[in-house]
Order: sequence, then structure tokens, then C-alpha cells
Amino acid sequence: MQDFHYASQPFVVGRSTDTDFPACTTVEETLTTVLSHEWVNDEYKHMVVTASPKALTVKPGQFFHILCPSSDEGDLWFRRPQSVYAIDREGGRLEFLYKCVGRGTHGLATLKPGENCNILGPLGIGFTVDSAWKNIVVLGRGVGLATLAPISQMAGDAGVGVTAILSARNKEYLLSHERFEKIGASIVPVTDDDGSSDIQNVERILLELIAAARADAFYTCGSNRLFQVMKRLGAQHGIPGQIAMEQIMACGLGPCYVCVKTFEVNGERVLRRVCVEGPVFDIQEAVGC
Amino acid sequence: MLDLSVRIGQVELQNPVMPASGAFSTEYASVIDINRLGALVAKTVSRNFRAGNPPPRAAEVEGGMINSIGLPTKGLQYFLDAQLPDYKQYSPPLVASISAEDADDFQAMARDINVPGVDVIEINISCPTRKPGGGNFALHAEHAHDIVTRVRAETDKPIWAKLSPNAGEIVDVAMAAEDAGADALTVANTILAMKINVNTFRPALGNKIGGMSGPAVKPIVLRMVYQISKAVSVPIIGCGGISNAEDVIEYMLAGASAVEIGYVNFRNPTAMISIINGLEDWCNKRGIRRIADLTGAVRDGDMETDTYVAAAQGF
Ligand SMILES: Cc1cc2nc3c(=O)[nH]c(=O)nc-3n(C[C@H](O)[C@H](O)[C@H](O)COP(=O)(O)OP(=O)(O)OC[C@H]3O[C@@H](n4cnc5c(N)ncnc54)[C@H](O)[C@@H]3O)c2cc1C
Ligand SMILES: Cc1cc2nc3c(=O)[nH]c(=O)nc-3n(C[C@H](O)[C@H](O)[C@H](O)COP(=O)(O)O)c2cc1C
Ligand code: FES
Repeated sequence: MQDFHYASQPFVVGRSTDTDFPACTTVEETLTTVLSHEWVNDEYKHMVVTASPKALTVKPGQFFHILCPSSDEGDLWFRRPQSVYAIDREGGRLEFLYKCVGRGTHGLATLKPGENCNILGPLGIGFTVDSAWKNIVVLGRGVGLATLAPISQMAGDAGVGVTAILSARNKEYLLSHERFEKIGASIVPVTDDDGSSDIQNVERILLELIAAARADAFYTCGSNRLFQVMKRLGAQHGIPGQIAMEQIMACGLGPCYVCVKTFEVNGERVLRRVCVEGPVFDIQEAVGC
Repeated sequence: MLDLSVRIGQVELQNPVMPASGAFSTEYASVIDINRLGALVAKTVSRNFRAGNPPPRAAEVEGGMINSIGLPTKGLQYFLDAQLPDYKQYSPPLVASISAEDADDFQAMARDINVPGVDVIEINISCPTRKPGGGNFALHAEHAHDIVTRVRAETDKPIWAKLSPNAGEIVDVAMAAEDAGADALTVANTILAMKINVNTFRPALGNKIGGMSGPAVKPIVLRMVYQISKAVSVPIIGCGGISNAEDVIEYMLAGASAVEIGYVNFRNPTAMISIINGLEDWCNKRGIRRIADLTGAVRDGDMETDTYVAAAQGF
């Protein structure tokens, strides 16, 4: 008997029917359809996909674990974590903004509109914004800017003002500024080419915001140096802060303990899993990113 | 009516699909209905807290992954106080996995985990990431015999000995574990492996070496299950590289009574459920009424041994 139905398609096992997802589950492995997928510069791509109601429950700072297609003749064997860049609940869409760095992200970049993409999520713990705050400060660099972008949505909804200090090599790589512009945030671009991204200059900007009482909370992602400055100033001035961390992941769900990072809690060093205990953590407990 | 149930000694499983230790926790209940699994297999627990190995702890390789997690654990007491009740919210039998510093500690662990709620004790004598050099008790028949004997002395619960594919003579180790009183053998843990990043010249793993799993190891471990099944009479649980229903059938034909599944859960968290559905489909299509009948059903008994005759036949 010739029946190679499963054997010939070993990895379609994820293409389950609805009955495999009991209503009580909060996470879904689903096939989305790519709606648009454009380069924003020579390194970053912006992908818009359809999303199921469960996927749309995603909150800023949470992420999806994406099964990227391969860009070569081989296969990929791990998913790749990507935080959500924008959530369009009415339109039933999710957006991702990612940097093409290796096989996974270059493979992801090959997806064309109309093609399917298997995403697992929403995963992890996202950012929180307290509506009692008047002004928050968002400081990010590189891919970190993609992760921080949806804070603009939260802050906009909560009526909280935002100062977004966006750091990049040059203007071309300044991501997410439209997202912050949309909610009327005050944007401070800092770049390497004119030296404004210099760590002392960033510290000076932060100190000015603190002095002007425009820093009720700090948010950061994407640079260890920027994080260290925010952590120090946050501790000195009693400003709460949140950081989104990255670590290599396998499961994305909690059991494998691949994604641990070091934290310091009450003077004791502990390991936490970025996928389920984060990726967003208390900036004062983080040690390095 | 199709009967997917299988029996491992005294333990009856509703189907042969279980997760592999370390690749599963009740956190999977956020994605799938874990009550559909044949059994729940907990992460290996040791007596005291262990931080595990330095990151990076996993690397993607062709056909799967290498891990060097290093058996992090919150310790036995936490397992008994927090994890055990958590697992008992679900209906499938619970397989607790234990590891230890030395033979005495193994014996004491077996005694201390011999509590109501633990349905099976899997003894992880084969973790290659616990010690930096990859050594473990399952590399030598006499060490394996000693550990299983000591565990047997402490408990009447079913004991599954998890073997190492890194042993030189895994069949000898399997026979020793059976002789010492193991009720079943889990074949196998991960295969020692390494990856080096050619851009940085650095090992991809913080521990430098680790254990490989995923589809690429399946033919290797399947061969071990096949050879061991010819040499022992206790049930075998096949574990290595399973990613679809056919892989489970293949392991059963080779002699396994059930399987454990690791890596593919990371790639497709819904895989175990799809595989159970796939087994049902497969059996129904083939008119197989009892999946347990597939165990050891490989048709290897009447194969032509004369090369010239075989080479003259159709294939
Ligand atoms: C929670 C989270 C959210 C993220 N959000 C974004 C985002 O919005 N935009 C974006 O551009 N990038 C994001 N990243 C980083 C992104 O996951 C990596 O750039 C990507 O995995 C690299 O894969 P690759 O195969 O292209 O690169 P390779 O370097 O070939 O990757 C090899 C291996 O390392 C892992 N890896 C490499 N870099 C990272 C990393 N920084 N984090 C986690 N795993 C890594 C890969 O998953 C893979 O297993 C996020 C990471 C995490 C953990
Ligand atoms: C991340 C990871 C962690 C593991 N942890 C354990 C463990 O704690 N105890 C154990 O007995 N085996 C552990 N294993 C081995 C698996 O249980 C299994 O034997 C192996 O991965 C082969 O199966 P697979 O190819 O389906 O992954 C681990 C494997 C992986 C990938
Ligand atoms: S990636 Fe598995 S625990 Fe975080």
C-alpha cells in the first residue's frame, strides 16, 4: 500500500483544526496569511498578517514565535521570536518589524503576500502603562525600537504623554517614529553619524526630562549601554522602569529552560526565563541584556 | 472500534504518545489539551537546587537541535510541594523523572519520590549535560545495574530506566537494567554533539558540548530500540526524533510499546495531538484494530539472507 500522507509532509502537524485548540487555551499555533511585506530600508522588513481572535489578544511587549521558511535549500529547526509591532484589533491584523540578520529572518523575508506563515502566540508578559502617569520615556535602539513601538498604542489609549528617544546608526535606521508621531509623542532622534547617540548625550537628555518632571516611568529595549544608563538614573531618581529582553529560545512556552537570563532580586542572583517570566522585566532587577 | 491503548507493565496508557522529560510541563496546557496524552512526563528533578549550564543552552542544527540545559531544578521538595499537585490536576498518569549525584543519592531520591500521585519513576541515568564531560551512569552496564538495583529496593512503583545512546554497548546496558528490575526501558536520551560558530570561532553552546535530538537522530535511536527489543522482554519506550504519526508506527514496529516526544514540541507545540489524531487515521486506514499489536511487528523474520537470491528478486 502506498500511503505517504503523513510521512511526506512531516511538519504539517501544526496545521490543526479548531478542535485541537480547547477554548481554555490562551496560546495558538496558527497559520496566518501575509497581507503585505515590504522593506523599510536595506535591513528591516515590515510584515502585516491576518490574525485569529486569540492572536489578537496580544499585548504590547508580548511576542509570537514564528516558524520561518528557509531562504535556502535547507530547513529551519527552531522558531524565531518576534515581538508584535502593531495590533489592529478592528482590522484583524498583526504587524511585525524585524531586522534580517541570519537564516531565520532572511527566510522570513522571502514570504510573499498571500502566503502562509505559522505563528505561535501570544507569548510572554508584556509592558504595562499606569494611567496615573503623565509622561513616560521610551528609549530604544535597533530592533528594540520595533518592540517598543506598540507602547505608543497603550500610552495613547491611557492618555499618557510619551517622549521617545530613538537611537540608530543614522536617520535611515530610525524606526517606529511614525508610530510615536501618531500619538503626538515628543520625539528625540539620536544617531551615530552626528554623535548625538553618544551615551553622555543620552544621559543628559534623560536628566533634562527628569528635571522637567516628564519622566514618570522608563521603558527600554535593544541596547545594553542604554539600559545601564536608564537603570542607574531610575534607581537614583526613584523612577520605575521596564525592559524587554532577548535570549535564544527553543519552546517559547516555559518548559525547556533554554532562554534564561540573570536577574538580581533583593541582592540575590536568580535565573528567569525570558519567554514566560518576560520578555518584559523590571529594569532594576535586570543585570544585563 | 480502534483501541489506541497500550500497556507498559502495570501501567495502562490511553495511547502510546507521551512527552519526553525536559521538553514538557503543564505550561503546554496553554496550547493543547494535555489530558489527551498517554502520560505526562515531568522534567528531571534532583535533590537540591541546580542552576543548570551557562547560556547559550541550545543551538539549531540540521535535523534538530543540540542542548546543554544541564538539568536545572528547584529541587525535590519543590517538586513534591508545587509541581506534583499541579500535574495531578490532569488525568493522564504522571511519570516523575529523577537524577542524582551518586548511587546513594539515587537510592535516597527513589525513596523520597515514592509518594502517592507519582505513577511511574523514570530514572534519568543518561543525561549528557549534567556533567561537563557528558559522563553518566548509563554508559556502563555495571553502573546501570547498580543504580536500578538500588532504586528497585526502595519502591514498588514501576521503574523506567532511561538509557544513553552514547553507551558503547547499549544492548548490554539494557540487559543489565532489565536484570536489576527495571519495568521498562526508555530508549534513549540525547546523543553527545557539538556545534562551532564559524564566524566567531566559538562553540555555539556555553557548555561547549551538548546532547542532540530531533528528526536527524531517529534512525540511530530506532536501530537501538530494534536491537534492544531482541535482547530484553520488558517493554521499551522509543524516544528520539519523532515528528509524525509514521515515526511512532516505525518505533512500534521496531519493538517499542510507546513513545516519548521531545524536540518536535518546540517546533510545533500541537504536534503530539496531531500525532495522536494521525495514529488514529493511520490505523483506521490500515484496518488495524489494536495499536498495541504493532509492537515488534517488523517483518524481519523471513528475509532472504542469500545475497544472490535477494539481488535477483524484486524489491
Ligand atoms: C522576545 C523577543 C522579541 C524579539 N522581537 C524582535 C523584533 O521585534 N524585531 C527583530 O528584528 N528582532 C526581534 N527579536 C530578535 C530575533 O528573534 C532574532 O533576530 C532572530 O531570532 C534571529 O534569527 P536568525 O535566524 O535570522 O539569526 P541567526 O543569528 O542565524 O540565529 C541563530 C539562532 O539564534 C537565535 N537568535 C539569534 N539572535 C537572537 C536574538 N536576538 N534573540 C533571540 N534569539 C536569537 C535564533 O532564534 C536562532 O536560534 C526578538 C527576540 C526576542 C527573544
Ligand atoms: C531542551 C531539552 C531538555 C531535556 N531535558 C531532559 C531532562 O531533564 N531529562 C531527561 O531525561 N531528558 C531530557 N531531554 C532529553 C529528551 O527527553 C529526549 O530523550 C531527547 O530529546 C530525544 O527525543 P527528541 O528527539 O524527540 O527530542 C531533554 C531534551 C531537550 C531537547
Ligand atoms: S524558550 Fe523554552 S523555556 Fe523559554
